[in-house]
Amino acid sequence: MKTTITGEYIKEMLGKDIREDARKLLEYRDIVLKLGTIPNAEGSAEANIGNTKVLAGVKLGVGEPMPDKPNEGNLMTSAELLPLASEQFDIGPPSPEAIELARVTDRGIRAANVVDLSKLFIEKDKVWNVFIDIYVLNYDGNLFDASTLAAQAALSSCRMPKYENEVVIREGGLGKLQLNNMVTSCTFGTIVNKILLDPSGNESLFIDSRLTIANDEKNIRAMQKGLGGVGFLPKEVDMMMDITLERSKDLRNIIKKSIGE
Amino acid sequence: MSSSQDKPVLIVDGKRLDGRMPGDIRPAKIEANVLKNAAGSAYIEWGNNKILAAVYGPSEALPKHTSNPERAVIKCRYQMAPFSSLEEHGRSGPNRRSIEISKVIKEVFENVIITENFPGSEINIFIEVLQGDGGTRAAGVTAAAVAVATSGIPMTDLPYGVSIGKIGDLIVIDLNKIEDNYSDADVPIVISPRTGKILLLQMDGDMTREEINKGMEMAAKAGEAITKLQVDALKKQYIEISKKYKNEAPSFTPPAQK
Repeated sequence: MKTTITGEYIKEMLGKDIREDARKLLEYRDIVLKLGTIPNAEGSAEANIGNTKVLAGVKLGVGEPMPDKPNEGNLMTSAELLPLASEQFDIGPPSPEAIELARVTDRGIRAANVVDLSKLFIEKDKVWNVFIDIYVLNYDGNLFDASTLAAQAALSSCRMPKYENEVVIREGGLGKLQLNNMVTSCTFGTIVNKILLDPSGNESLFIDSRLTIANDEKNIRAMQKGLGGVGFLPKEVDMMMDITLERSKDLRNIIKKSIGE
Repeated sequence: MSSSQDKPVLIVDGKRLDGRMPGDIRPAKIEANVLKNAAGSAYIEWGNNKILAAVYGPSEALPKHTSNPERAVIKCRYQMAPFSSLEEHGRSGPNRRSIEISKVIKEVFENVIITENFPGSEINIFIEVLQGDGGTRAAGVTAAAVAVATSGIPMTDLPYGVSIGKIGDLIVIDLNKIEDNYSDADVPIVISPRTGKILLLQMDGDMTREEINKGMEMAAKAGEAITKLQVDALKKQYIEISKKYKNEAPSFTPPAQK
């Protein structure tokens, strides 16, 4: 809950470069990734960053291509901030925060060309639709990185169904969904001019500005600045990109380890 | 329910497809207190069902007109994830089925929670089916009961759910998805074990009075095992905590100084 006392505490401690959970400013909480938690889904993964728990499920279905891209499959990402995840989330149509989360996750995956959409063509007017559903199960800040991690891991372990005689075969002797790339993201927040990596739920209540950077092994692929606040100087953005490129190695290793590469 | 022509064989030599006898329930496990933010929560794996339940509250009932000055109001949402089934991608958001199930589950907990203790407040129960394989509402209630108990909200009893059904002439318990799809009847039941009262009963299909009575007997019998799972899950969290502190006094590590 956003209380003055929590805010003062966090700010005072940050004055001494200490965070509420004794982390360093540019340190992640413990990350645990579990693959294949939902065997019914073609791909699934649960990402835990500290107490933040996000489940991503991937389903494939046969549908029509977009008129402007008749030879490509479609990728659809949606996110739900389930009311069981936090007191801050309510029942109802998707909130702007949920839509932002879905779109930012989608943008990273799309920009990094993770899913090879050209390989999802079946026949004229028939392509595979890839549905990624982000399910937030427990909220303690930094949903962006947890969602990207869960979605990427779910895609990395995704089965590729077969389409034979107008029937979708979802089980038995299937190959894997073909991927081109791997994307991860790093999210930063500022509180009184201090830049924090992986803001927790309490810290997120008092953040002035937020920046999410999604990248692959070589380049930055997507960015999203959030909240009003004081914004960032170019050199701060440069510093954050530097840290992102460095820290993302660990994130990629966590995914690679979990898929057994 | 489906036409009888394309019906698969569900019973071979008196055994069901997964090797169970008619009166056997699927293996299940429950874990209490899995979500940090909730007042109480539980995760159940029952056969291939994977369901999370969480309880929030009691808190001020909002919007104001929903509140009752004499007791707490219970609000419940049951939902299936779009990726929960082996079939097509589902649609997120409420549908007619989930709205009805939410309502009947809410009524179960209105029955067992001592709502008079919290006038003017609301208690929210959320049930998210992450993977569904038949009997999700029964498993959902079973998990939600553990979640409510974990939250410390007083209840008169720890209800459990189970479904019974009919395959051909055979009365079976705890139908999985295939059995549910091709069964002749499906009857989800929620029972309050202390009083033996039935708190939820739905049915569709075709059963005689004797068959329903037999099914209800089976549900009551299976209840012992399910209640034990629930109680064990509730105890386990405290056993783990006591183990953790058995050899070490609770200590506080101050953050490192510069």
